[in-house]
Amino acid sequence: MTGKRGVQITAGNREASDRLIKIAEAIHGQLCADNIPYLEVSSRTKNNIILDEDHKVWKYGSDVVTRSAKDLGGATNILRNLYTIDFIREMIKSGKSSTLREMYYISEGWNKAKFPTQDESNKLAEDLEIITRNMREDFKLRPEEDGARVIGDLTIAEKNRKGQVKRFNCKDDVGESGYGIPYNVEEEKLQIKSVKAKMILAIETGGMFDRLVENGFDETHKAILVHLKGQPARSTRRFIKRLHSHSNLPVVIFTDGDPWSYRIFASVAFGAIKTAHISEYLATPQARYLGITPSDIVNYELPNDVLSDQDTNALKSELTDPRFSSDLWRSEIKLQLKLKKKSEQQALAKYGLDFVTDTYLPEKLKEMGII
Amino acid sequence: MPQPYAETMAKSQKEISISDFFAKNRQILGFDNPSKAMLVSVKEAVDNSLDACEEAGILPTIYVRISRTDNKDRFHLLVRDNGPGIVKKQIASVFGRLLYGSRFYAIRQSRGQQGIGISAVVLYSQLTTGKPAIVTSKISDDHPCHRMEVQINTKNNRPQMISSEVVLWEHHHGTQIEVEIVGRYHKEKRQSVYEYLKSTAIVNPHVEIIFKDPDGMIHTFQRVVDKLPLPAQEIKPHPHGIELGVLKNMLAYSESRKMTSFLTTEFCRISPRGAREILGRASISEKKNPRRLNLDEILVLYDVFNQMKFMSPPTDCLSPIGDLLIRKGLKKEIDSKFAHTVTRDPRVYRGTPFQVEAGIIYGGELPAGDTVKILRFANRVPLLYQQGGCVMTHAVERINWRPYGMEQRGGKGIPAGPAMILVHIASTNAPFTSESKEAVADVDEILDEVGRALMECGRKVKSHINKKVKLKKVSEKYSIIKDILPEIAKKSSEIIGKPNPPLDGVITKIMNVTVIDSGIIYHEEGGEKFTEVTIKVQNYTQKTKKFRLFVKVPNGLIQGIFPERNRMKSGIIEWEIGPIEPARSVRLGFTILGLDRADYDDVDVYHSHLTGEVIGADPL
Repeated sequence: MTGKRGVQITAGNREASDRLIKIAEAIHGQLCADNIPYLEVSSRTKNNIILDEDHKVWKYGSDVVTRSAKDLGGATNILRNLYTIDFIREMIKSGKSSTLREMYYISEGWNKAKFPTQDESNKLAEDLEIITRNMREDFKLRPEEDGARVIGDLTIAEKNRKGQVKRFNCKDDVGESGYGIPYNVEEEKLQIKSVKAKMILAIETGGMFDRLVENGFDETHKAILVHLKGQPARSTRRFIKRLHSHSNLPVVIFTDGDPWSYRIFASVAFGAIKTAHISEYLATPQARYLGITPSDIVNYELPNDVLSDQDTNALKSELTDPRFSSDLWRSEIKLQLKLKKKSEQQALAKYGLDFVTDTYLPEKLKEMGII
Repeated sequence: MPQPYAETMAKSQKEISISDFFAKNRQILGFDNPSKAMLVSVKEAVDNSLDACEEAGILPTIYVRISRTDNKDRFHLLVRDNGPGIVKKQIASVFGRLLYGSRFYAIRQSRGQQGIGISAVVLYSQLTTGKPAIVTSKISDDHPCHRMEVQINTKNNRPQMISSEVVLWEHHHGTQIEVEIVGRYHKEKRQSVYEYLKSTAIVNPHVEIIFKDPDGMIHTFQRVVDKLPLPAQEIKPHPHGIELGVLKNMLAYSESRKMTSFLTTEFCRISPRGAREILGRASISEKKNPRRLNLDEILVLYDVFNQMKFMSPPTDCLSPIGDLLIRKGLKKEIDSKFAHTVTRDPRVYRGTPFQVEAGIIYGGELPAGDTVKILRFANRVPLLYQQGGCVMTHAVERINWRPYGMEQRGGKGIPAGPAMILVHIASTNAPFTSESKEAVADVDEILDEVGRALMECGRKVKSHINKKVKLKKVSEKYSIIKDILPEIAKKSSEIIGKPNPPLDGVITKIMNVTVIDSGIIYHEEGGEKFTEVTIKVQNYTQKTKKFRLFVKVPNGLIQGIFPERNRMKSGIIEWEIGPIEPARSVRLGFTILGLDRADYDDVDVYHSHLTGEVIGADPL
């Protein structure tokens, strides 16, 4: 839809704007009724995520945090919400968008509502998503970090800044670094035209992604290679989700063998605790973990490091995380706690540069029944 | 016929003079090492000067100078006072004879008691440097000023005057002593001359001390009150406080001719009837001459004293510093946010009157993580050594300070926090653990009394901390209602395009507290001193409030109490407050006449019948 002077206002934008105004209305109503203003937001802890049976992803439960103007922190938070709502409303009206970082800097002029850190402003944007059940893209807010890279026989059409739709293939029409996933991967911006592959393989580290590209794994095994770039950005997760929905191809996650990497997998497959309100948009419950598993460390006799105290605590915390409650995960985590060891993906180079593409991945994929 | 061996022995048995004994055992008097010797020398000289000035009713101004000599281990010490001076023929005895003094048999609170102090300094100087003490004294402008060199003959405990001359002295009256001693000077140390003088100034706010240190720096500890403490009264011994030896001496030198008059005139709290009962129980004739009692009779008499009950000795013989003056002294020397001081009523242990005073200061510049410093005083003299062996320290350690908001490992021991504790024990006979008077012994009555005083201080600190926490909360709430809430209203109205809602109701709901805020303004007008106190009571609740408010006021002239519905009784003003409607406030106040600036700096407000959260007043 197009507003005045070519300003685009999507249905999502309009819905978000309406819902944000409802928040302001509620607060105004509380004041008129002589009540202390308050806001309720789902509590974002691992104790408050439950499995959504319909979508097979983890979402927030019923625990809410109430921010009340009774105390200074709560009152300031409510005021910040109002300023942010006003700011978003103006952006939607004028067809602009801003990064989360820009919003943090804009808050400099908000007096008492100024954000002390960008972390605070990011959290507040998440609060608004949770309350409105809209995504921040609907608010015209985008993250700083871009999505990661893709290489594989995949043809997409992307609308560029001038509104022209460009169509290209992610194997033939891109350079060595692949196709960069934009922050907005929704239908109106990006369409998937065709996928000629047998699997989607998401890789944690840039080094391993480049190794697979150099070894031509995308062609030899007909894989769409997606670089996760550490903890994957929302757009990367959303892209994998859309790609999977479109092609129904198996999704395989290949990371380092440490507790932090398991969380990367969990955020792709089950939904992240921070974004559990939009898990059904972001998570791909069909995604499967390939490795490095603690068993791989033993079976492949991989070079390893000793677990740090933080690693151990993270593993223990995962034992109480409902997302890791399957028998397989529990036994692997317990094995690792016993081994007290962790290994990186690139430790596979112990057996030569081709070992990962010639031996490890084929063996593991076969084991998983994918090839 | 061979000579009996005992007679041979007798030849080598001779009286060891007290001076000789102390010459060989100088640690008994506190001269253990050069650092301590330096401090003790200053202390003895200053104590002597203060006692002399106070006895003569003179506001003491003491000048202390320590200077280096060519020998790096030797220092020259000079202490001068503006006291009454000493008549010529007594000078040598006062400074050159141990156990010579005017206070030995007086039962009265004083700094020095046994007359050992200053002559021990002379002795120490003589033993370490071989130099005599130089004493200069003048009793008035109409009399010559004498300067003498004095030493002690350690064999017979007699003073030795080495030289004597008449000199011109610019001072009207006073005494000055100069000694050269082996010592060590510490600049920054807990047990330093500077600390000692500073502590002395704290508990003696009527004293001015000028101290010139070896580097030539001059430190002045100023006088904060121009009034001498009430002189301590002499009292006669109490039958429960007397020691056997003293009783023997009293009997031997009594001028009474009959036992009944001996008991009634030379003791306190023995009535003629009591005397007859004592003598009856001891089977001693009432008419017996006190000088004729044999040892068995004395022992029986002593036992009977302790079996019988007597009225406690009078306690007006003590001269406490007073809580207000301690506070002034503390605040003058140490920068802190909060000070509370207590003067307990006098008590008695074993027939000896004593009185405990305690103070605590909290916050300000004091370091938060350190263990609390304890300033100990006995009869206005700072105690700097043997902290661990002192009843005052033990009382501090016995208290669980954690409920009072201070840190303390395991709930005992010296607490930690931004605080300093002061304890003063005044007594006609403070039970020191040793002759060097560095620590007071563990007497149960004293231990309990110090404990009670400290717990009162602790409670005040706790309520001070609570007040601070609550005030922070209240200032946060003010910030909400003043800055944030109106913005919330404005912004939400703007977004939805509606008028600003009224906020009064929400404001009272957010505050939901009664705030009692007090302010003190001091001013002088036509030579009169006014301390104006105002108290604002703000009802930030949704209910109408009706209650009573009490304010403890200092002794002195209180005037202009407002509003009308009040009454004043035994140092407490009571108001009937209210009804105050929600979001309304009332003002109360009064004026104190005659107090100095900062004498009254904390308004103690209590309430009764006031429900809900209250900030600024404690429930009565």
